[in-house]
Amino acid sequence: MVDNSEFDDIPGTTVFTAVRSHQGFHLNQFCMSLMKPENRERFKVDEGAYLDEWQLTAPQKKAVLERDYNAMIANGGNIYFLAKIFSSDGISFQTAAASMTDMSVEEYAQMMLHGGRSPEGQRSIKEGR
Amino acid sequence: MARITAGVTTSHVPAIGAAIDLEKQGTDYWAPLFKGYEWSKEWIANERPDVVVLVYNDHASAFSLEVIPTFAIGCADDFAIADEGFGPRPVPHVIGHPDLACHLAQSLILDEFDMTVINEMKVDHGLTVPLSLMFGQPSEWPVKVVPIVVNVIQYPPPTGERCFKLGQALRRAIESFEEDLNVQVWGTGGMSHQLQGPRAGLINQAFDNAFLDNMTENPDDLRKIPHIEYLRESGSEGIELVMWLIMRGALGDAVSLLHRFYHVPASNTAVGHLVLRAAAE
Repeated sequence: MVDNSEFDDIPGTTVFTAVRSHQGFHLNQFCMSLMKPENRERFKVDEGAYLDEWQLTAPQKKAVLERDYNAMIANGGNIYFLAKIFSSDGISFQTAAASMTDMSVEEYAQMMLHGGRSPEGQRSIKEGR
Repeated sequence: MARITAGVTTSHVPAIGAAIDLEKQGTDYWAPLFKGYEWSKEWIANERPDVVVLVYNDHASAFSLEVIPTFAIGCADDFAIADEGFGPRPVPHVIGHPDLACHLAQSLILDEFDMTVINEMKVDHGLTVPLSLMFGQPSEWPVKVVPIVVNVIQYPPPTGERCFKLGQALRRAIESFEEDLNVQVWGTGGMSHQLQGPRAGLINQAFDNAFLDNMTENPDDLRKIPHIEYLRESGSEGIELVMWLIMRGALGDAVSLLHRFYHVPASNTAVGHLVLRAAAE
């Protein structure tokens, strides 16, 4: 049996395994549909109606409508697919990434300018390193 | 006969493409990054490679979750530019080299690397940003490109060891192609970055610089790095670095370093760039 328990030991990180890919299949396929301008337009006109065309769970739909990227990831979303949503919104990858942390967009941008988030204490929950 | 003359590694951050397309290269934020590629642009203008075998990963542009090939090779005449949600990048179509690509696909499969063959594909920033960094903004790209696409999105991606061995097989395959071609192999993606979750923004400069050192000095150490170490040390998207090892495996044992550059940040990412001269045959 494949053991993925080490993946759960990394702070603030969700590893996109085959199981999560299965869980998030329809959510991620919806995201991909936004690569077509006509679909982006239909999504913008009525987000709820467009999402109803996809077999999303209630938590997945809620997370998309609220642009809660951590919740989308917890429900099987993958960041490269989810990028189609914030790209359609005209939002940069850095702004979207900042929204998943406990920092403001400006604080996050400053952290990146100063060399990014240190790996110290971010490697392992169990080992505290 | 075709021969591998050099290898290039570079990050392929989408924001770099946007900075080029929106003419922001001279701004305080971006100028230091583009300065690191000036030497390389001059170098490659003199090298005039015929073909680049460009190793990259698709970012949910050509491949949805319907089918997830671990290794795939593009055999088409040309590759259109993907619309990643904000319209396609305003860059030329990418011209393939189907004769070489089909030869490589056949050789690699018979050499026990089970490549997926792609006859139609749109290419995203993973492939076009490295071209822009090396060639600027020409009206057409001055090289033909054979794309090799690696799954690094859904776990598990191929191991570093497997990637290195694919590179070695790629060298055998290129050197058995009859036409006299000057071929470069590029490995793209990396370096440390995490784009998701509360740990987003992780950068590990010590890990990255050791990786850059070992690309020339001790690639055998890099081949052994397990997925969990990439995840812990270089962020959840740092795993893209396994693609550099395909290039490194293709270049042979004794390479020489021509150029090295490292810069933080480009958006959420640490940018690393190497130009290596391939070992003599």
